[in-house]
Amino acid sequence: MNVLQMTDVTRIHGAGHTAVTALRDVTLGVASGELVAVMGPSGSGKTTLLSIAGGLDRPTAGSVEVEGAEISALRPSELARLRRQRIGYVFQQLNLIDGLTAAENVSLPLELDGVGRKQARQAALTAMSAVGIEELADRYPQDLSGGEQQRVAIARATVGKRSLLLADEPTGALDSITGESVLRLLRGHADAGGASVLVTHDARFAAWADRVVFLRDGRVVDETNTPEGPESLLVPR
Amino acid sequence: MSVAMSLLALLDESPNYGLQLRNLFEERTGGVWPLNVGQVYTTLARLERDGFVRRRPSDADEKLYEMLPAGRRRLREWFATPTRKDAPERDALVLKLVLALGRSDLDAADVIQAERKAAVELLQQYTKLKRDGTEHDLGWLFLLDSLIFQAEARVRWLDMCEERLTRTQQPKSNRKPSRPRERIEVKS
Ligand SMILES: Nc1ncnc2c1ncn2[C@@H]1O[C@H](COP(=O)(O)OP(=O)(O)OP(=O)(O)O)[C@@H](O)[C@H]1O
Ligand SMILES: [Mg+2]
Repeated sequence: MNVLQMTDVTRIHGAGHTAVTALRDVTLGVASGELVAVMGPSGSGKTTLLSIAGGLDRPTAGSVEVEGAEISALRPSELARLRRQRIGYVFQQLNLIDGLTAAENVSLPLELDGVGRKQARQAALTAMSAVGIEELADRYPQDLSGGEQQRVAIARATVGKRSLLLADEPTGALDSITGESVLRLLRGHADAGGASVLVTHDARFAAWADRVVFLRDGRVVDETNTPEGPESLLVPR
Repeated sequence: MSVAMSLLALLDESPNYGLQLRNLFEERTGGVWPLNVGQVYTTLARLERDGFVRRRPSDADEKLYEMLPAGRRRLREWFATPTRKDAPERDALVLKLVLALGRSDLDAADVIQAERKAAVELLQQYTKLKRDGTEHDLGWLFLLDSLIFQAEARVRWLDMCEERLTRTQQPKSNRKPSRPRERIEVKS
C-alpha cells in the first residue's frame, strides 16, 4: 500500500468560461521509503497537486488516499487529525505565525495534539537542530532571515512522527549548501521509511529524489526511470 | 593541456611511473575521466622534451619520472592563471534544438523534454554518488558538484528554450532568423 495514492485527480477552479483546470487526470503513488520530486513551470499545477495530497484542497474528481484512508470520506475532525499527526507540509509561503517564537511555531502541531508543553519543546528543538537552527529557538519569525524562516517551516513539518512529508519549494530562499542540507533531510525522512513529495523547479534538488515527475499544464507528461547504478557513469563514452 | 598539468601536479607530490600516474589521476577524479596509458606516456614525453620533467637517470628503471624546477614554475603559473574558455565548443544538443525548429515532422518541445529527462536522470546518478560519498573527500565533492552544476545549467537552458517556444506561437517560417547575425567563433 502506498502512503499516498492519488488516482485520476482533476481540479477545476471556478466554473463556466472562467474555469481553470489546474490538474487533469493525475495519478501518482508514493510508497514508504520513497522521495518523489515534481517539476514543472510556474502555473503547471504543482502547488495544487500538493495541497490536494495534503488534504488542504479537494479534487473536483478522482480519489486521494493517505495511508489507505480516502480523504474525501473523512469527517472534518478526522481530516484535521490526519493532517496534524501524519502529514508534514512545508508551504511555498511558509505560513509561520508572527506572534509565536520559532520553537513555538515548530511545536504547535504537537501542542494542538495534546502533547505536553515541555515534551513538545524538546521535540521542536530536535527538529530544529536537524536543520541547524536550534540556537534560533526563541527568536520571532520577523527577526529571522528568509532562509532561517524556511528552515523553521521545515522543522515544523518534520516534528513528531509524520509519515507523509509534502514540501513546496522548500529550498527557495536557501544557498546551495543549505539547500543541500534540506534535501539530505527529506532524503533521510524517506530513507527512514517515510514518504516525501518535493515540489521544485530546480533540477539540482529534484535529483535527490528516487523519481522525478514532470508536470505540464496540469498533466503528468513524463517521469524519470529509476537510474541505473552510478557505475554506468564511470565507463568511457 | 589539463592532462599535462595534472601529471605535473602529481609528479610535484612525488616521482612516479607512468602507470601509477594514470591510476592516481583516475583515483583523484573518481574514474569519471578515464585516461589511457598511451596518452600518459605521450604527455610525459612532451613534458620531458620541454624540460619540465626528466626520467631519473640514476634509477635502474628508466621509466621513473621526476619534476624539474621549470616544471614546478610552470605548475605554479597554471594555478595562478584563471582558466579561460576562449571560444564556445560546438555543442551537439544546441545544434539539435536549433535544427529541430525548422522541421514539420517533429515537435521541438518533445525533443526538449526527452533531453531534459535524460539530463535529470544523469543528475540523479551524480547525486547518488554524492549521497554515497564521504563528506570528507573534498576533491571528489568538488568534481561531482561541478558535473552537477553543468547538468543543472543544461536543464535550466532547456526550460528557457521551452518557455520561449510556448511564448512564440508563430508560424514556423517566422522562427528562422531573417538576417545573418553577428558571428561567434566556434571551436570545431
Ligand atoms: N483558487 C484558484 N482559483 C483560480 N485559479 C487558480 C486557483 N489556484 C490556482 N489556480 C490556477 O491553477 C493553475 C495552477 O496553479 P498552481 O499554484 O498549482 O501552480 P504552480 O505550479 O504551483 O506554480 P508556481 O511554480 O508559480 O508556484 C494556475 O493557472 C493558477 O492560476
Ligand atoms: Mg506553487
